[in-house]
Amino acid sequence: MQVPAAFEYRRASSVEDALALLETLGEEARVVAGGHSLLPMMKLRLARPEYLIDINDLSDLDYLRVEGGELRVGALTRHRSLLESELVGSHFPIFHDAERVIADPPVRNRGTIGGSLCQADPSEDLSAVCAALRATLVVRGRGGTRAIPMAAFYRGPYETAVGPAEMLVEIRLPLVPHSGSAYEKVERKAGDWAVAAAGAALSLHGGRIGQAGIALAALGAATVNSVRAEQALLGQEPTEQAFAAAGRAAAQDCDPVTDGRGSAEYKRHLADELTRRALRRAADRAAVAALAAGAAGEDG
Amino acid sequence: MQVTINVNGEDHSADVEARHLLVRFLRDDLGLTGTHWGCDTSNCGTCVVLMDGEPVKSCTVLAAMAAGHKVRTVEGLEGPDGLDPVQQGFVEKHGLQCGFCTPGMMMTARALLDRNPDPSEDEIREAISGQLCRCTGYLNIVRAVQWAAQHPAAPAEAPAQNAGRAA
Repeated sequence: MQVPAAFEYRRASSVEDALALLETLGEEARVVAGGHSLLPMMKLRLARPEYLIDINDLSDLDYLRVEGGELRVGALTRHRSLLESELVGSHFPIFHDAERVIADPPVRNRGTIGGSLCQADPSEDLSAVCAALRATLVVRGRGGTRAIPMAAFYRGPYETAVGPAEMLVEIRLPLVPHSGSAYEKVERKAGDWAVAAAGAALSLHGGRIGQAGIALAALGAATVNSVRAEQALLGQEPTEQAFAAAGRAAAQDCDPVTDGRGSAEYKRHLADELTRRALRRAADRAAVAALAAGAAGEDG
Repeated sequence: MQVTINVNGEDHSADVEARHLLVRFLRDDLGLTGTHWGCDTSNCGTCVVLMDGEPVKSCTVLAAMAAGHKVRTVEGLEGPDGLDPVQQGFVEKHGLQCGFCTPGMMMTARALLDRNPDPSEDEIREAISGQLCRCTGYLNIVRAVQWAAQHPAAPAEAPAQNAGRAA
């Protein structure tokens, strides 16, 4: 039987209460929401916090709303809510692509977007999704809030920019006109972590790629965005040739390791191929969005 | 620490360690051994119970986290009029072989049918995709859930008609 080492449990009644507990209890306190990353790590003694602060009662952190040209997602929003939300799917189909292949329904009933991002696993699908979409993460401490771009939030395996007395409270995703997004993942079996995965988001302006976000998962400890792939796309027409150039750049940018899920060579091949596949679908979706906007008489 | 969890409609209190898992609370403290305990790593899904009506893996929920919530286990499936249609479906369609995954499968099926009384085969397969049957008897599990969908329990206020038992 696997049981975590002993710890003390506190249930936070509000965000302020959680922050006060984090400050009082110090660096050996950890926030727990769904618990599907932290509790297994505690059973294996890979994590040994002295205190757990349960934030599951903070329902004011469980929301999805459009505000200020962004989709704002509360940190306690469950995977299942993201998967079932039409609002999320209509603006960011990449979320539904990814959520369909994250773990399984009972895990998705508990796991949260905030927990996924703060776990900062190099294989975390939502990290790649948020990086592709150029998310901004709102972190709150007792002194106030700060907004951190995804690229600065993720600091490497299991490390983020969140300080010991802070917590992630909101994820902000900019709404980009005429845009489309998609996620492609190869896994060994249903619900498994990725062998490799790629997310793509792009916008079309006058038939050319305006903005582009390419992010990879499970393809190296340091890789999230593939900057070279993004640069290869800017200003190009959304053609197979442009996608191939981006795929090659993503394969160059990544740094996979050989493990039980596959060889580094195979994963590098996947980085290329999955980037191309994600771009094809993202471009198709962007074209549909642009057509719909045109039909509605909006400016291109 | 003292926790009170509503299990199958009744409040149960116990003094437990913070690290006590919900599956141990159910099995060891309450003696409800219908909930099985398998991989301990939230992979196999045999420990699935319903928390506030939704399937969760009870090996990865602390008893402390479940305090104040409503938990339903396989022992809470059978009603005053007999077996839940899901249980009857497993009987009718030979939905179990060794029986180890069965409680978790049935709880997931119950939650699915509560939300979606007429699921497609794909929806059933998706719903049980977090649970492993090492006998690989998935086909009959799907048929059992389909049987249950076709034979819903009569509403409580209607006279009992022993619906569907002979199907």
